[in-house]
Amino acid sequence: MSAAPEATWVPRRYRVDAVRPELNDTVSLELAPAAGEAPAFEPGQFNMLYAFGIGEAAISLSGDPADRARLVHTVRAVGPVSRALAGLAVGASVGVRGPFGAGWPMSAARGRDLVLIAGGLGLAPLRPALLRVLADRAHYGRVAVLAGMRTPREVLFRAPLATWQGRTDLEVEVTVDRGDADWSGHVGVVTHLIPQLELDPRKATAFVCGPEVMMRHTAERLLTVGLEPTQLFVSMERNMKCAIGLCGHCQFGSAFVCKDGPVLRFDRIARALAVREL
Amino acid sequence: MPERDAAEARLIEAPALQALIDALTARGYAVRGPRRRGDAIVFDEVARLEDMPRDCTTTQSPGRYRLADAPGAGYFGFSPGADSFKRWLHPPQQTEFRFRREGAAFVPIESAPAGVPRQAFLGIRACEIAAIGVLDRVFLEGPYPDPGYQHHRDGSFLVAVNCASPGRSCFCTSTGTGPRVERGFDLALTELHDSRHRFVVEVGSDRGAELVAQLPGRPAPAAAIAAARAVSARCAAAMPERFDRERVARRLRETPEHPRWAAIAERCLGCANCTTVCPTCFCTTMVDRTDLAGTTATRERHWDSCFTLGFSHLHGGSVRASTAARYRQWITHKLSAWLDQFGMLGCVGCGRCVTWCPAGIDLAAEAAAIGDEPGAPSGSDAHAP
Ligand SMILES: Cc1cc2nc3c(=O)[nH]c(=O)nc-3n(C[C@H](O)[C@H](O)[C@H](O)COP(=O)(O)OP(=O)(O)OC[C@H]3O[C@@H](n4cnc5c(N)ncnc54)[C@H](O)[C@@H]3O)c2cc1C
Ligand code: SF4
Ligand code: SF4
Ligand code: FES
Repeated sequence: MSAAPEATWVPRRYRVDAVRPELNDTVSLELAPAAGEAPAFEPGQFNMLYAFGIGEAAISLSGDPADRARLVHTVRAVGPVSRALAGLAVGASVGVRGPFGAGWPMSAARGRDLVLIAGGLGLAPLRPALLRVLADRAHYGRVAVLAGMRTPREVLFRAPLATWQGRTDLEVEVTVDRGDADWSGHVGVVTHLIPQLELDPRKATAFVCGPEVMMRHTAERLLTVGLEPTQLFVSMERNMKCAIGLCGHCQFGSAFVCKDGPVLRFDRIARALAVREL
Repeated sequence: MPERDAAEARLIEAPALQALIDALTARGYAVRGPRRRGDAIVFDEVARLEDMPRDCTTTQSPGRYRLADAPGAGYFGFSPGADSFKRWLHPPQQTEFRFRREGAAFVPIESAPAGVPRQAFLGIRACEIAAIGVLDRVFLEGPYPDPGYQHHRDGSFLVAVNCASPGRSCFCTSTGTGPRVERGFDLALTELHDSRHRFVVEVGSDRGAELVAQLPGRPAPAAAIAAARAVSARCAAAMPERFDRERVARRLRETPEHPRWAAIAERCLGCANCTTVCPTCFCTTMVDRTDLAGTTATRERHWDSCFTLGFSHLHGGSVRASTAARYRQWITHKLSAWLDQFGMLGCVGCGRCVTWCPAGIDLAAEAAAIGDEPGAPSGSDAHAP
């Protein structure tokens, strides 16, 4: 018989418990369920967040997967829905459907060296992966985070990045496209940081999230240093209206990004990624 | 559904179709079938035999549809029009939820649970039965079954009819979906015009068997069954295969950059007629609104088309900005990606998109051309590093 419609289409109500400004146009929302526990999620998964009467947007989970009391989402205001979400005040209601999609292959990466490479907001879906690794640190080899941001003012998660940079069991590098007078760190695109890592390509797994063009170039550079295409994972973005494989919008070649992805193994999509306007 | 015994087939006189409609109505089914509206055949409520078109035929070809009187053509002598069962199983607009604002919170507005709409589809063709099979796979067999589709599908009774002659746009022999109805039906009719105007009624399900037993008629003699098979065989023979579907699927998968796309884009208006009339296109978008006071919010789900620019919208612009890319999405999805996604083709060869394309673009001809012409190797148009 029919699945209950609410399970499929109707958002659950959450309350905004905290709003953390991140950047000019970006905030992190802490959401607590109006009733019951927050669902468990895997790093790299996303929810559909619903702003009352305005619509839904796919937003990655950016908090700690071990925390079942709240969901954390980091939203950049770029259009009607994301603006409404980013403008929510503490106490407001928001609808949530999810979690959806295939996340980062955390268990497959256990025992290996792990490189997380982020472009801009792409750091948000990588953060739960890093938190999961830190909770289980002994089971991974070298762990590196490379983050590329546009300008020093647009460095996302500045405080956690600083904390991670202070750890001896992590290698964390941040670069900006354009520096300013106060910036003493790397300048240039994130791909330039890859050779300096001197990865052992036989032992390394890479998770990459950022704008599509950044992921293309990053993948190319990683393959140049010898990484296996089967050890490279990227998180794709496509228009999403349903997140459950029914609306057709998120198709990318034969993949439905909402259910086959958003995290996809590079060798399976390398050809599609090379085609314009797919 | 296992193939049932041909010995169950019955032979009924043409006027007994009314008894069939009555028996369906008596069991609570709203009967939907072909009706003539203006100069087209639509698919809508049928209460009496006289509601159905009689003795007419259609001529269809790329970009062209004409209905004409044809004495002796019987009840099903035409090819279906733009309209189909699709809007009855997958409505063009559905409400997914309504919320009411209460202070900072919002609460669902419960609507009375609707009873299962029992509907019988009368006179759907082999390609349409196949299309229902495609939608079943998409909507019911994935990780998240669609309650809306399930709701409409659960109570449906399928009375198919075997086509006697193909429309010029039809190509179901190329997609392997017709013209004879083989499975997935409750009853299947074949119209015979030999000595008398009669129907062979084949049985595809228990409830079909139960229903046909109520109709005036008799077991179909072997000669009548042979005559019915001959109708399908003649129809198939009139529809030579237009393309090799396995080769086309492979070509589309392997050569996403093809010189053909630019040529089609010169002609394609991007009007979305094809996806609208296609019985398997399932894509939808969400439309959110509030009432004027902003206290109630509604989400509706509307049919959408991969031919619209907004379909692939991402912050920063549409992924498929060119018409060429959108046409590629459409034909590649239908004839190749669908196989990878659902293990079956997304095209059932009904010819609607061919007939209703204002530019007269013929999907089968494009498929044949793509199957035959080697395209550029994959990824040749890759972004420069
Ligand atoms: C898997 C995944 C994870 C994501 N994670 C995050 C995240 O963690 N944080 C984050 O900030 N963002 C994330 N995004 C991106 C986010 O979903 C989009 O930025 C958001 O949907 C934008 O919606 P909007 O209404 O704010 O803006 P717009 O981009 O303006 O979109 C508005 C809506 O209207 C539609 N639309 C817009 N223009 C048109 C048009 N011309 N024609 C028709 N329709 C149109 C679009 O389909 C869209 O749904 C993620 C996306 C995906 C796919
Ligand atoms: S693609 Fe065209 S021929 Fe194929 S099922 Fe759809 S409308 Fe019919
Ligand atoms: S062809 Fe286009 S509209 Fe039809 S199902 Fe595929 S993506 Fe959707
Ligand atoms: S978002 Fe609707 S099918 Fe993937």
